[in-house]
Amino acid sequence: MFADYTWTELGSIFAMQGFAGLILFSVFVLMALGLAIIFGQMGVINMAHGEFMILGAYVTYLCSNFFQAFLPGLFSIYFFIAMALAFVAAGALGAFVEWALIRHLYKRPLDTLLATWGLSLIMQQAYRSIFGAREVGVTLPDWLLGSIALTDIIEIPINGLFVMALTLVIAVGVYFLMFKSRMGMQTRAVVQNRVMAGAVGINTEWVDRKTYALGCGIAGIAGSAFTMIGSTGPTAGQLYIVDTFLIVVFGGAASLLGTIASSFAISQAQSTMEFFLSGSMAKVLTLLTVVGILMLRPEGLFSHKIRR
Amino acid sequence: MLQIDHYHVAYGQSEVLHGLDFTVAPGEIVAIMGRNGMGKTTLMKSLMGIVPTSQGSAQVDGIDVTALKSFERVSRGIAYVPQGRMIFPTMTVQENIETGLTTSGSTKVPDGIYELFPVLLDMKSRRGGNLSGGQQQQLAIARALATNPKVLLLDEPTEGIQPSIIREMARVLKRIRDERGLSIIVSEQVLSFALDVADRILVLENGRLVHDEPRSSVDEAKVAGFLSV
Ligand SMILES: Nc1ncnc2c1ncn2[C@@H]1O[C@H](COP(=O)(O)OP(=O)(O)O)[C@@H](O)[C@H]1O
Ligand SMILES: [Mg+2]
Repeated sequence: MFADYTWTELGSIFAMQGFAGLILFSVFVLMALGLAIIFGQMGVINMAHGEFMILGAYVTYLCSNFFQAFLPGLFSIYFFIAMALAFVAAGALGAFVEWALIRHLYKRPLDTLLATWGLSLIMQQAYRSIFGAREVGVTLPDWLLGSIALTDIIEIPINGLFVMALTLVIAVGVYFLMFKSRMGMQTRAVVQNRVMAGAVGINTEWVDRKTYALGCGIAGIAGSAFTMIGSTGPTAGQLYIVDTFLIVVFGGAASLLGTIASSFAISQAQSTMEFFLSGSMAKVLTLLTVVGILMLRPEGLFSHKIRR
Repeated sequence: MLQIDHYHVAYGQSEVLHGLDFTVAPGEIVAIMGRNGMGKTTLMKSLMGIVPTSQGSAQVDGIDVTALKSFERVSRGIAYVPQGRMIFPTMTVQENIETGLTTSGSTKVPDGIYELFPVLLDMKSRRGGNLSGGQQQQLAIARALATNPKVLLLDEPTEGIQPSIIREMARVLKRIRDERGLSIIVSEQVLSFALDVADRILVLENGRLVHDEPRSSVDEAKVAGFLSV
C-alpha cells in the first residue's frame, strides 16, 4: 500500500495524519483519564462515560450559540468558558449519579455495569428529547480555524495544537491532584485499602463522590474537545466508549503515563492507517495489535512494580 | 477513657463476642490475651467501626461512638494498628503517615513521631510496601499516632516480628503512653510481651472475658494456661 508514494510524500503523510490525530488523541486521553480514575477508585466501569462526554459537547454547543446571540464581542474566548462549564455540568451530574445510584451498588460490581449502561440509555433519550435527534455542530472562533504550514505539504491544524496543549495542562493538573495534593493522597489511600483508609480518618464515601465527579467532569471537557472533530448527537458518545476501554486496558488501569502512551499509540495508529486503509480495517488492525500485546503483558503496558 | 458495656458483635447470624464489659483508664495499657479465633480481632474491628456492634455500647471519654463510622471515630480519638499492619503499599512512608492527618487537617507530620521512629525519617521517601515487617509495624503505629488519638488499639503487634524488635516495641509503647497520656489496648498471644508492656491483663476466651487482673498481681501460670492449646 505504500508503493504508490515517494519517501518524502510518505513522510509528509505520516506527519499530517499524525497531527490530524492530535484532537482524537486529546479526546482519548481525557476520556481514558476519567474512566481510569473512576475504575481505579471504585472498580466501577462507567458505561455512561460517553454520554458524560456528550453532555460536555452539548454544553459547548449551547455556549457557542449563547455567545453568538448575546455576547458576540466575547465570542473569541467562549471556548474556555464552555470547557469550564462542561466540566462543572458533567461533574455535578456525576456527583448526583454517584449519590443516587452508584453508591448503592459498590458491593455488586456487575450490577454497576448494568446500571451505568441503563444510565447511558436514559441520557441518550434525554438528549434526544431536549436537543432533538439531529446532530448539531459548534461554530469555532476564527483564531482556532486554519492551520500553520510547516512545509509545502505539511500543515498543522491550530485547533489540534490548542486541544493538545489543553489536554497536556489537564493531564499535568490531574497528576498533581492525584500525587501531590491532599485529596489525591486520600484517594490513593482509599484505592489501596478502603477499610484502613476509613480507620485513619478518611471519609471514604465523600472521596468516592468527589472522584466520580472528577472523572465525569474530565469526560465533559473531552466533550468540548470532541466538538472540534465530530458533530454532537445523542448517540455520538457510543462511538468513543469502546476505544476508550481499549486504551484503559492497554495502558494499565492504574497508570497515568500508561493511559497517555496508549491513547497516543491507538489514536496515531488509527489516524495514520485510516489514510491508507478503510476506517474499519484500521480498527481491526489496531485491535489485533492490542490483543497481541495484552497477551504478552496482561497487566497493560505500564504496571506498578511493588510487593503487595 | 474507654468504656465498653454489654458489648455483642456478630457476623451475620453468628455471634462472636457475647457481652463484654470493661473500662480502660486514661494512661492505662491493657493487654487482651487469647488464642487464635477467640475474638480479639473482632473486638478491635468493631471498636474501630469496621464490624458493626449488635448490642451494647462503646464510649470514648464519655461520648458514645457505637453508631459512628470509622472516620468519625478517628476524630473522637480512636486509632487502630491492625493485625497485618495494612500500611498503604505504593505510598511513601511520609504519605502513609500523612493519611493520619486527615481529621486534624494539619499538613505537617508532628516532630514527635519521627523522634519515636527515627528509622522512618531515614526512609520517608521509600514506598511503604518495600519496608521490612518491623519497619511496617512502626509505620502503622506512626500513622495511628498522627491522628492524635486518646485510645490506641493494636491488634497482635508482635506477630511475625523478631524478638529483639518486640522488646524495643514494648519500650516504645510505654514511652508513647508516658509522653502522650493516651490509653492503649493491645491484643496478644505472646505472654512475655504482654507482661512487659501492660498494666492490666484481660483474657478473652470464646468471645467472653474470663480473666481480669492487674499486672502486679497476675498469676502467670494461670494466664499461660488460657493460652496453651
Ligand atoms: N469475616 C468473618 N465472618 C465470619 N466469621 C468470622 C469473620 N472473621 C472472624 N470470624 C470468626 O470470629 C471468631 C473470632 O475471630 P477473630 O476475631 O479473628 O479471632 P482472633 O483475632 O482472636 O484470632 C472466629 O471463630 C472466626 O472464625
Ligand atoms: Mg486476630
